[in-house]
Amino acid sequence: MEKTTRNLQILNIVTIALMIIATALVFFYAPTERVMGQVQRIFYFHVPSAWVSMLAFFVTLVAGIVYLRRGHRGWDMVGSASVEIGLVFTIMTIISGSIWARPAWNTWWTWDPRLTTYTILALIYVAYLMLRQGLEDPDRRARFAAVYGIVGFISVPITFFSIRWWRTIHPVVIGSGSPSAEGGFDMTSPMRLVFFFSLFAFTVLYFCFLANRLRLERLTERVEQLKMKVLSA
Amino acid sequence: MIETRALAKNFGLKPVLRGVDLDVASGEFVVLFGPNGAGKTTLLRILATLSKPSFGRASVAGFPLPAGAGEVRRRLGVVSHHTLLYGDLTAEENLRFYARMYDVKNAARRIAEMLERVGLAARRRDLVRTFSRGMQQRLAIGRAVLHDPEVMLFDEPYTGLDQDASAMLDGVLREVAAQGRTVLMTTHDLARGLAVADRALVLSRGKIVFSAKRGELDVAEFVHAYDSVVNSYQ
Amino acid sequence: MRTESIRPVQTKTDYWSLFTDYWRAVGAVLGKDFTAELRSKELFSSMLVFSLLVVLIFNFALEFERSRATRENVAAGVLWVTTTFAGTLGLNRSLAMEKDRGSLDGLLLAPVDRSALYFGKALGNLLFMLLVQAVILPVFSILFNLSLLKPLLLVIVLLGTTGYAAVGTLLASMAVHSRARDVMLPILLFPVAVPVLVAAVRASSAILVSAGWEDIGLWFNLLVGYDVIFVAVAYMVFDYVVEE
Repeated sequence: MEKTTRNLQILNIVTIALMIIATALVFFYAPTERVMGQVQRIFYFHVPSAWVSMLAFFVTLVAGIVYLRRGHRGWDMVGSASVEIGLVFTIMTIISGSIWARPAWNTWWTWDPRLTTYTILALIYVAYLMLRQGLEDPDRRARFAAVYGIVGFISVPITFFSIRWWRTIHPVVIGSGSPSAEGGFDMTSPMRLVFFFSLFAFTVLYFCFLANRLRLERLTERVEQLKMKVLSA
Repeated sequence: MIETRALAKNFGLKPVLRGVDLDVASGEFVVLFGPNGAGKTTLLRILATLSKPSFGRASVAGFPLPAGAGEVRRRLGVVSHHTLLYGDLTAEENLRFYARMYDVKNAARRIAEMLERVGLAARRRDLVRTFSRGMQQRLAIGRAVLHDPEVMLFDEPYTGLDQDASAMLDGVLREVAAQGRTVLMTTHDLARGLAVADRALVLSRGKIVFSAKRGELDVAEFVHAYDSVVNSYQ
Repeated sequence: MRTESIRPVQTKTDYWSLFTDYWRAVGAVLGKDFTAELRSKELFSSMLVFSLLVVLIFNFALEFERSRATRENVAAGVLWVTTTFAGTLGLNRSLAMEKDRGSLDGLLLAPVDRSALYFGKALGNLLFMLLVQAVILPVFSILFNLSLLKPLLLVIVLLGTTGYAAVGTLLASMAVHSRARDVMLPILLFPVAVPVLVAAVRASSAILVSAGWEDIGLWFNLLVGYDVIFVAVAYMVFDYVVEE
C-alpha cells in the first residue's frame, strides 16, 4: 500500500507540473491567431479535452469487453471510473467550446452535427451512470454497465454520420474540410507544438484522475469488507 | 448424480454459500432444510444452471457446471415457488410451449398423459390464471417432468398451499419420485419434508451443518436437532 | 469464477438439426407471446391508444394546416416520434411481464441458446409494433390528408422499426431489473436510437414529397447498416445480460 501511494504521489506531481507548463505555453509561447485573436487560445484546452473524453469512453468500451470475458471486477471499476472522468472532460469541452463560440460565431450554441453528436454522447454516459445507480446486485450492475458501454460507444460513430449530412459551421481544423465550414485555420509549427503538448498534458491528467479514482474505489471496497467482517463476527 | 465440492457463491462482497459439499446418489430423494437466508435457493439456482458458482465445483448428471450447462438443462426438471406458467395461456398451451422448448418427442400424447397424471385433464382448455395455487403447482410439476428428466429440483414447492393441496402435491411428488428420478427439494415444512425424504440435510449460513438418513431420527428428534444446530450459529 | 472441468463432453454436431432446433425455439417464444397477447390484448391496445393520443397532442401543439410542404415533414416527424414513444411502452411491458412472473427463469431453464430467446422476444416486439403501425398509418393518412401507404415508405417503416426493436429488446432486458424501471428504458434507448430516428424521418419525409432515390438512398443504407450492426451486437451480448 505504501509503495503504490508513493507512485501515485509522483504521478500527481508530474501531472500538475505538465498542466502548468502547458498553460504557460498556451498563454506565452503560442502565437496569436490572425483572425480570432486571443480567444483562439481556448482551442488548446478545448480540443484536447474533447479528445480525452473520447479516450475515456473508449477505455470504458475496452474495459467492458474484457470484463464480460474475464469477469474480474477490477475491469468494471476501470470502466465506471472512466465514465465519470469522461463526463467531467465532456462538460469541460462543452463549456470551453461555448465560451469560444460566443465571440467566434456570435452564438453560445448551435445544433451542428459535431455538437449534436457530442451532446448525445454525454447523454449516453449519463444514462450509463443512472443504470448503475438503479441496480443493487454488484455482479449484474457490472455486466449491464459493460454491455451498455459497448452498445453506447458503437452507436456514436453511426450517430455522427447520420447527423453529418446536415449543415455544419463547426471549424474543421485538421484534415478534411468541407467548403461550407467557416472558421477553420491552419496551424503553424509553434501552434502545433503547443497543441500536442497540451494534448499530452491532458492525457496524463486523465490517467492521473483515473488512478486516483481507482484508489478511492479500492479503499471504499476495503471499508465494505471490514464492515461486513465486523457485522458478522 | 448431483455433486458439489467446496461450492461457494458471493454476491459482490457478500458470501452466501461458503463451501458446500453435497452428494446425491442416483434415485435418491434428498430434502434440504434451513432458515431464511441460509442459501438454499442460491444453491438450487446454481444446480439449475441459472447462476454461476464463484468458487468450487458442481456437476449434475455427470456434466460439470457451468461448462456443461446446456446438457444439464436437457436432463433437469425444476419446480420453484414461481410457477413459471403463463396465465394468459391454457394449461394445454403452456405444456405445448414447454414441449417445443424441450423438443419433446410425441408431444401431444405426452401432454395428454401429464394432464391425466396431475389430475387436470378436465381443465386443460382453461386459462391458467383461473387456476388455484394448488392446481398451478400441480401443472408446474407436469411441466417439469414433460421431458422425462433424470434430475428434479424443487424449491419450496409447498409455499402458499393449504392442507388439502399439500396432500395432493405429496401424492404427485411420490409418483414422480417413484419413477426412479433423483430429487433435491428444499422446504420449510419439516414434517412433510421428512415424510418423503430418503435423506435430510440442513443448510445454515452457507454450509451444510447436519445430515440424517430416513429412519435414523423421528420428527421430534429432528426438530430438536434442527433448532439446536441452526440457533448455535445465530 | 474458478470452476474446474470434470469431463469434456463429445457429441457429434448435426448442423441441420441445430439449425432447426434453434428456430423452433425462436418460433415457440414468438408463438407463446402472440397467443398470450391475442388473449389479453394488453400490449396492443395500450400501444394503440397511446399512439393515437400522441398524434392528438401533436395536432394541438403544431400547426398542421399551413402548407402542403410543411405537412409532409411534420407527418414524417410525428409518425416516428409516435413510434418511438409507443414502442417504449410495448418493449417495457413485454419484458416486465416475464420478469415479474419469474417466467424468465422458465425460458432460461430450457436447453436452448440464449440468443434464440432474444430473437423470439425481439421478433415479437417487432411484430406488435408493426401491427400498431398498420392501424396508425391509415389514421395518419386521413388526419394529414396525405397518402402514407406508399410501398417504399412501408419498407422504411419496416427497417426503422426493426432497428428500434432490436436495440430496444436488448436494453429493455436490462432496464427491467432497474429500480427506476419505467423511465430507465427511454433514458438508455433514445440516445442510442438517434440514428434510426434521423434516418427514418429524413427518408419518410423524402418519400412523401416524392423525391428521387438520391435523397432517399443514403438514409436507406444507414438504416440497413444500423439494423445489421445492432442485431449482431445484441446477438453477441445477450448471453451476458441474462446469465447470472
